[in-house]
Amino acid sequence: MTRLLDVENLTLQFDTDEGRITAVDNVSFSLDQGEVMGLVGESGSGKSVTAKSLMKLNPRNAVYTPETKITLHLDDGPVDIMSLSTSTELQVVRGGAISMIFQEPMASFAPAISIGDQMVEQLLIHSDMNKKRAREVSVEMLDRVGISDPSKRFNQYAFELSGGMRQRAMIAMALSTRPKLLIADEPTTALDVTIQAQVIDLMKDLVSEFGMGIVFITHDLGVIAQTADSVAVMYLGRLIEQGPVREVLRNPAHPYTRGLLDALPDLEDLDRPLHPVPGDIPSPLERPPGCVFNTRCSQVIEGICTTRVPQFTDVSETHRVACHLMDQAGGAK
Amino acid sequence: MSDTPLISTKRLSVHYPLRGGLIGPKPVVRAVEGVSVDIAKGNFFGLVGESGSGKTTLGRALLRAAPITQGDVVYDDGEVRYDLPTLAGSELKEYRTRAQLIFQDPYAALSPRMTVRDIIAEPLEVMGLTKSRAETDERVREIAAKCRLNLEHLRRFPHAFSGGQRQRISIARALVSRPRFVVADESVAALDVSIQADVLNLLKEIQAEMGLTFLFISHDLSVVAHVCDHVAVMYLGRLVETAPTRELFAAPRHPYTKALLSAIPSLDPDDRGKAQRLEGEIPSPTNPPPGCKFQTRCPYAIDRCRKEEPKLDHLGSEHDVACHRWEELAQMSEPA
Repeated sequence: MTRLLDVENLTLQFDTDEGRITAVDNVSFSLDQGEVMGLVGESGSGKSVTAKSLMKLNPRNAVYTPETKITLHLDDGPVDIMSLSTSTELQVVRGGAISMIFQEPMASFAPAISIGDQMVEQLLIHSDMNKKRAREVSVEMLDRVGISDPSKRFNQYAFELSGGMRQRAMIAMALSTRPKLLIADEPTTALDVTIQAQVIDLMKDLVSEFGMGIVFITHDLGVIAQTADSVAVMYLGRLIEQGPVREVLRNPAHPYTRGLLDALPDLEDLDRPLHPVPGDIPSPLERPPGCVFNTRCSQVIEGICTTRVPQFTDVSETHRVACHLMDQAGGAK
Repeated sequence: MSDTPLISTKRLSVHYPLRGGLIGPKPVVRAVEGVSVDIAKGNFFGLVGESGSGKTTLGRALLRAAPITQGDVVYDDGEVRYDLPTLAGSELKEYRTRAQLIFQDPYAALSPRMTVRDIIAEPLEVMGLTKSRAETDERVREIAAKCRLNLEHLRRFPHAFSGGQRQRISIARALVSRPRFVVADESVAALDVSIQADVLNLLKEIQAEMGLTFLFISHDLSVVAHVCDHVAVMYLGRLVETAPTRELFAAPRHPYTKALLSAIPSLDPDDRGKAQRLEGEIPSPTNPPPGCKFQTRCPYAIDRCRKEEPKLDHLGSEHDVACHRWEELAQMSEPA
């Protein structure tokens, strides 16, 4: 496997009226070409902000610490994303090497410009195609994602398409520049289950065809199980568990990951009561000291979890977790 | 469960007129068409379907919040019996205290300018159910305690609360008038999984304690499977299948129900690609296909399905399905 992306010590804070808020706290991970990484967490966990950092797409009040290092390995050498500042420099990654699919396709397409014109525009910016060629490529992509009658759809506007169709058009648009890395932010959350299944199938086909890496953001562990190769679980800005999808879902090591799995309804066992993770996620303004999960953890060790930040322990060669319980058990639990 | 259902509908339809069409009959959207369903007292009744299937409209019609175009709807809780389509005036107002709605989005449903106490007290004041402020406060405190909100919470404004807490406030407001029938429209869809289980457990607890009947509208079948006693599946305004939850999930008979079940992403990474996939999307309700409404996406559609609309067949005492071929298909799917 060839390495595609390295994120090291990503720490991101926002300057707000209420003070400096830590949104992402010392997150490191890497991604290979053709790998699909699921990024899981509830609202407020920092998963979207982390993904947007890969393109420096966060608002102006975002502050990255100097230790933050994000490297994208392209064919003609590595790109240090943190060193890019002007919009011309950033164009290499934004929409070029990295594309993004958003949760709500209706809000992401310009309403008064036809789908086709939007697709052509980005191809003209990011490639040396002429208008005619860009149009051909766009229609081809629309066809590829399963949109019937693509040359007619090309001239339509976002409101004329159904929800599933719009998400397909969004995928077609994101992939037409042949990105190396695709960020998919809850791409199926707004869709019905039957349409969600279609979109998931489509994304899997496209990964194997184009061989790009995907960061797949979702709160739905079922979707992760069906799409991802590896999983990273986030809570309140920190990465708490990371590993291959089978290991993390079958043998979750962090109490939060176990809690998320226990809270899910299980169709195989309708009698099992649902176990919520007790309490609510704290506000980012009141991040608890020590382990960020200590306020909701049922196995909290007073004096340790409430004061010391847990470091990563290896569960296996590829599976790691940040939890004091693992230190106590000597990593063998 | 008593014998008379709390709510019983016969061929209930809700049509909305469309603009345009100067010549000929006015075009209408048949949001709900010919739905006959009984909701037993004390039931947690699930209603599932994709967007555009008419599930929300049906829920609203049962609350008299959507116009009932045709059909009968009877509400009978043992104390009163109402014919919903003709209900008006003081009786309709009285019905509103008995039937309540919990909304989907707890962020949009609460006024940011009112304290939690005022939000919960508002239905009592509007309906004139209490005589004094002290009595109102008493009722508010009682229901707040049931929904696990403390006195401190009541003095605050909604912005200070998380999604799960806000949903508990919405639930308290819906229940303060002591309704018998509650429609919960996608009430956990906007919540994170860790919180969702908490709200579901609360709804179940309150239902058992207050003897409520719930209509639980959701697109999430795994949630429905866990909390509901009985499930009805809708497609394009029609009821396609209804059965006790266990029976429906163990032996779904309608091809649409089967497809919905198999589309739920499995938590097992080795289960990939095993699900039966449904082609295409739900047709527009302004222009529904002839015959069975599901025929455009059904892998088993035959000529008859394209011409003749199937009626609800009774499989057992409580299991109904609207499909021409369910018997054939049931035999096909039986293990040899």
